[in-house]
This record gives sequence, C-alpha cells and structure tokens, in this order.
Amino acid sequence: MAEQSNSPAPSTETLVDIYRRMIRIERNDDTIRKAVRLGKLVMPYYSARGQEVIPSAISTLLTNEDTICTIYRGIHDMVAKGMPLRPLWAEIAGRVDGTCKGKGGPMHLTHPETGVMVTTGIVGSSMPIATGLGWAAQLDGSKRVSIAYFGDGASNIGAFHESLNLASLWKLPVIFVCQNNGFAEHTRYEHGTSVDFISKRAIGYGMPGYTVDGNDPWAMYAAAHEAINRARDGEGPTLLECKTFRFHGHVLGDDDKYMTKEEKAEAIAKDPLPAFRARLIAEGHATEDQLTKLQADIQAEVDDAMEFGLASAFPALDELRRDVFATEIPA
Amino acid sequence: MTETVKQHAFQAINAALHQAMEEDPKVLVFGEDIGDREGGGVTGVAVGLSTKFGNRVRSTPISEQVIIGAAIGAALAGYKPVAEIMMMNFTAVCMDMIVNHAAKLRFMSGGQSTVPITIRTLTGAGWQTAGQHADHLEGWFAHTAGIKVVAPSNPADYKGLLLSCIQDPDPCIIIESAGTLFIPGDVPVNQEPIPLGLAKVVAEGTDLTIVSWSSMVVRSLQALAPLAEAGISVELVDLRTVSPWDRETVLKSVAKTGRCLVVHEAVRNFGPGAEIAATVGEELFGKLKAPVRRLGGPYSPVPFSKPLEDAYLVSVDTIVATVKEMVGK
Repeated sequence: MAEQSNSPAPSTETLVDIYRRMIRIERNDDTIRKAVRLGKLVMPYYSARGQEVIPSAISTLLTNEDTICTIYRGIHDMVAKGMPLRPLWAEIAGRVDGTCKGKGGPMHLTHPETGVMVTTGIVGSSMPIATGLGWAAQLDGSKRVSIAYFGDGASNIGAFHESLNLASLWKLPVIFVCQNNGFAEHTRYEHGTSVDFISKRAIGYGMPGYTVDGNDPWAMYAAAHEAINRARDGEGPTLLECKTFRFHGHVLGDDDKYMTKEEKAEAIAKDPLPAFRARLIAEGHATEDQLTKLQADIQAEVDDAMEFGLASAFPALDELRRDVFATEIPA
Repeated sequence: MTETVKQHAFQAINAALHQAMEEDPKVLVFGEDIGDREGGGVTGVAVGLSTKFGNRVRSTPISEQVIIGAAIGAALAGYKPVAEIMMMNFTAVCMDMIVNHAAKLRFMSGGQSTVPITIRTLTGAGWQTAGQHADHLEGWFAHTAGIKVVAPSNPADYKGLLLSCIQDPDPCIIIESAGTLFIPGDVPVNQEPIPLGLAKVVAEGTDLTIVSWSSMVVRSLQALAPLAEAGISVELVDLRTVSPWDRETVLKSVAKTGRCLVVHEAVRNFGPGAEIAATVGEELFGKLKAPVRRLGGPYSPVPFSKPLEDAYLVSVDTIVATVKEMVGK
C-alpha cells in the first residue's frame, strides 16, 4: 500500500547493517527464551521474534541523539537502537549492573546514552511522551527526531489520538511507528480495530500515513527514510503502519489458542531473517562466510552478556529508598 | 525591609510564573487556554506570559494525556515544564501519565531519568461546580511514591512554593483551592522559594494542635478568635506540602500540646488526615491527652445545591465545637 517514495535504495553497507541489527535481536531473543525456559531468568517475556526488520531498518537512519520511546514488547527496538547487551541482561535479571540497577526490569529498560528514553508497560503510553521529546527537539532548534513505537492494539487507545493530533498541530518531529503484528494481546486485529489499515487514520490528523511490509527491509528503509527526513526538515510527523507477525504469542508460554496452527505456520514460514540473508547473498551484498561469521560474533557477544548479567549482584535493599526522589528517602 | 505588594493568589502565581521564566530559559508553561490569544488561562493566571516568552508558552488542545506526556518528554530532554490541568478532577483522564510515568520514571530507570515537571491544578468546593470540578484529590497523589503534593493556603505561599516546585528535580502537583484564592495577602516582590516539605506554624498555642492545609487553613484561622475567647490556646500548623509531609514539625507541636486535630477539605474516609493521625498515634501514644481527631468532607461527591455544598465543607463552627470537645471546655 505504501506508494512512496523518492527515498534512495539502501547501500550494501546499510543492508548489511540492517541485517547485523536483526541478527543481534534474533540471537538475543533466542538466548533470552532459552534462559527463561531453563529458569535462569524469571520474568514476563514478550518476545518480538519476527518483528526484527522494523526497528533495524529505522535505526540505521538514527543517531544516539535521536530518541525512542517503546513498550513492553520492545527489547528488539532497544537492541536495534544500539543498547549495549551487558547492562540489558543484568537488568532483565534484576541485577545491580543493569541499565536501571535492576529496578525497572524487562518492561522498563532505559538507556538515555543510546536514546532509549522510556519503555512503558502501558499500552499506548509511549506516544504522549515521544510527542514531548519531539517538542523539546523543536524548541532546541535541533534536527533530532523522536520515534514512538507501539502496537496495533495501541492505535485504539486515547493516547494515540491525543498524541497524533498535537504532533501534527505543532508539526513536531515525531515518527509514530505502529508495529502491526495482527493481534492486540489475544484479540485479532479485525475484532478490535474499525479500519482495515491503521495508516488510514493518519488522514484524520492531517499527516501522511503509510502501510508498509514490515518484514521487507527495502520497503521499511524507504518508508523510514522519508518519514525521518520529513521530521528533520521540520515538516512534521508521519504515521507508519508496519505489518508483521510475532512468533511467540503475547507472552512467552502463550499457547496461541486464538489462532489456527496453519495460520501461525504460514506466518512463520515468512520469517524475514532467512529470506533477507538469502537475498543479501544472492545479490552480492554479502558472502555466506561473512554472514556466518557475523552471526557467530554476535552469539559470542550475547553469551558474554548473559554471563555478565547472571553473575552480577542483586541490588542492595536500600535501593528501595533511592531514586524515588532525587534525594534519598530517610531510613 | 522586604518590599511587598497586596495580591490575591492568581496574581501571586502569575508573578511566580513570570519570575521563573525570566530566571530560567528552560521553564515552559502550557495547558488549555494558557496563551494570551485565549485570555491567558481561564483564571487569567498566565496573562502576559505568551506575549513575553513566545513559543515557551503554548495553549494546548483539550488533551490531558498528551499535556502531561509532552511535559514528561520535554523534561526528559532537559526542560522544566509547568503544565496546567485546568481542574483537579481532570487529572482522572491523565492518571496514567502522572502516576505510571511522571512519578515512577526516576525509580524505574534506576535514577537515569529525571522528570522535573510541575502540574498546576484548580479545585475546591464553594463555586457550585458540583461533583466533577471540586474534589480535593491530594490523597490520590500522596499515595503514589515519586510525586510531591503541594497545597498552599495564601498568596505568598503560592508564589514561594510554586517557585520551588518549578526548580525541584522531581514531579510536583500544586493545588489551587477555591477557598484560598480571593483573600489578598502581602507578597514579597522578590519572593524567595519556600522549601518543599516544610510546614509553617501559623499560630502558636498550648492546648491543642490543628494540622491543616489549603482551604482549611483559612477556616482554621477563623476559628482561632472564638477559641481564644473560650480560653483555648490553639497551635495551627499549615502543612503546605502534603507529601512528603513535615512529620518533625507536627510531632513537635503535638508533643507540646498533647492534642491533635487534622482538618482538610478532602473526603475524610481514607483521606490524608488518616496518615497524619495514625503517625501521631504511633509516635506520641503515651503523651496524648485526647484521641487524635479528623475533620474532612463527608463520604459524598461534592453537591451542587448551595445548602448542601455549604454543609459539605467543614465549617468554622464545626472546627470550634470539635476543639472544645477535645479540650473538654
């Protein structure tokens, strides 16, 4: 459905960079799931396996100055943005070396150095805050952009409406990235959403909206390129609806009773990773050996991060009194 | 001698906003109808700001969630936003942003995020605005770790406490209550910020301590003369900051008088007075000459009809009668 764009095709370097980010997300996700199943990690886990292309393509166009606000199914967004894996693992293990000293956990990972400003466990709440970060970028006279990641279910909550209206009214440099994986928790898209394409809602806010194949790196890159340039040029926000699929249900352990086995198998057969890898090799952007080595290097990085995270100490109990306010609460 | 002017609360707040914006280019002021084009706020509290400070002052759509969301986002990027939620009952439409985000981001990020926002909000019974425009909801926010709750009772305190809220590194909600707004007071032209978390002993006394804030300080003050005539010496503590509250000043006063009455406009059941009463009981059990008592709104929405609304608010007569009962006179 996306008709754009005049965006340049991604270079070989960019394509390999997108792939590198995707593999980093996928290896990290795979290792987290194994650790949860083995009981090494105890946490609610909302896997984004299958959604790797979306933040990977977008993040190749961002710097550390650009910010993201994401949601509980958002570790792929952070990894794509460049969050280091050691503090990520320490955080999801609830340890003191975590990005948040173990006090936020997997649903609230935060890492301002790489622009990961807020991770929220509340559906839709990334958008109002991302709108404020966009306002700050505008007030600063900077070229920074603010990304709001959210799911298809969040497009039905009031925060979506308020945020898109204000961002458009004030021409804020915000890109609203809806990762439409077809399900709002357990509810199928068409049973909870009044229109066939979420991108159609953009017209009601006077902003461009596109539906993109979120599993196609070329299409995602083109759409992101256009939206980000538009925001940097002061022309205001864009709504990108990126169609994708989540392989592991709403929360890890979900038995996916709300879809058929065939439907799930068909979606998983469209796994963007092997398809992208094959095409990178076929079109001469990378060699088999190069990508195999890349994957091995990334697995080593993930394994090191897991080891680091699980070896880190738990936070001291007086952390309950710290960071409630800037000044420690008296004992 | 400090130069002062006679002002009512809105004028003092307006002066504080001007002062804060002049002193710090990171201060932003926004909310519904805030710009001069819209009249500088429905109460005129922001008059002159948008003309003087341009795009640092903005009228917003009627969108409470994104008003607070925008404040949080701007704060994360280094600004000090002062957001208006026109009426305190409207915080109910943006509680997620206030409670789940503004109040918790510092803790949940392990101290990396700082959200120095100020939420100004108006409320209070007395204007026949009925059940959705008059609730004193400080208890909701005092029960949430990570946000400071400020409730001034007079113009100088509005100015000094608002200046502190704006500069405070943590989120603050400051309540502008009907019963306090149209009583002029002497306000220092160069008002120093008044520290948060610090109560003020408004009147010294020996028989009983009244702990109060916001509109009920006004009524408690009016009770002092008839009580003095009855030979009762009351110490009145204006808490000023409801959370975190000044335990030290309250406990010191009650240790001296041996009696404590908490008076607030908020509904009495599960109201903030319960926290104060329980603390006084825990800390001073053996020294109390009478049980700690509380006066607050009835367990009812704020009514419209004038006689009902009058009865809803704790009256000066009720304060006087309760104190007399407690002292046994």
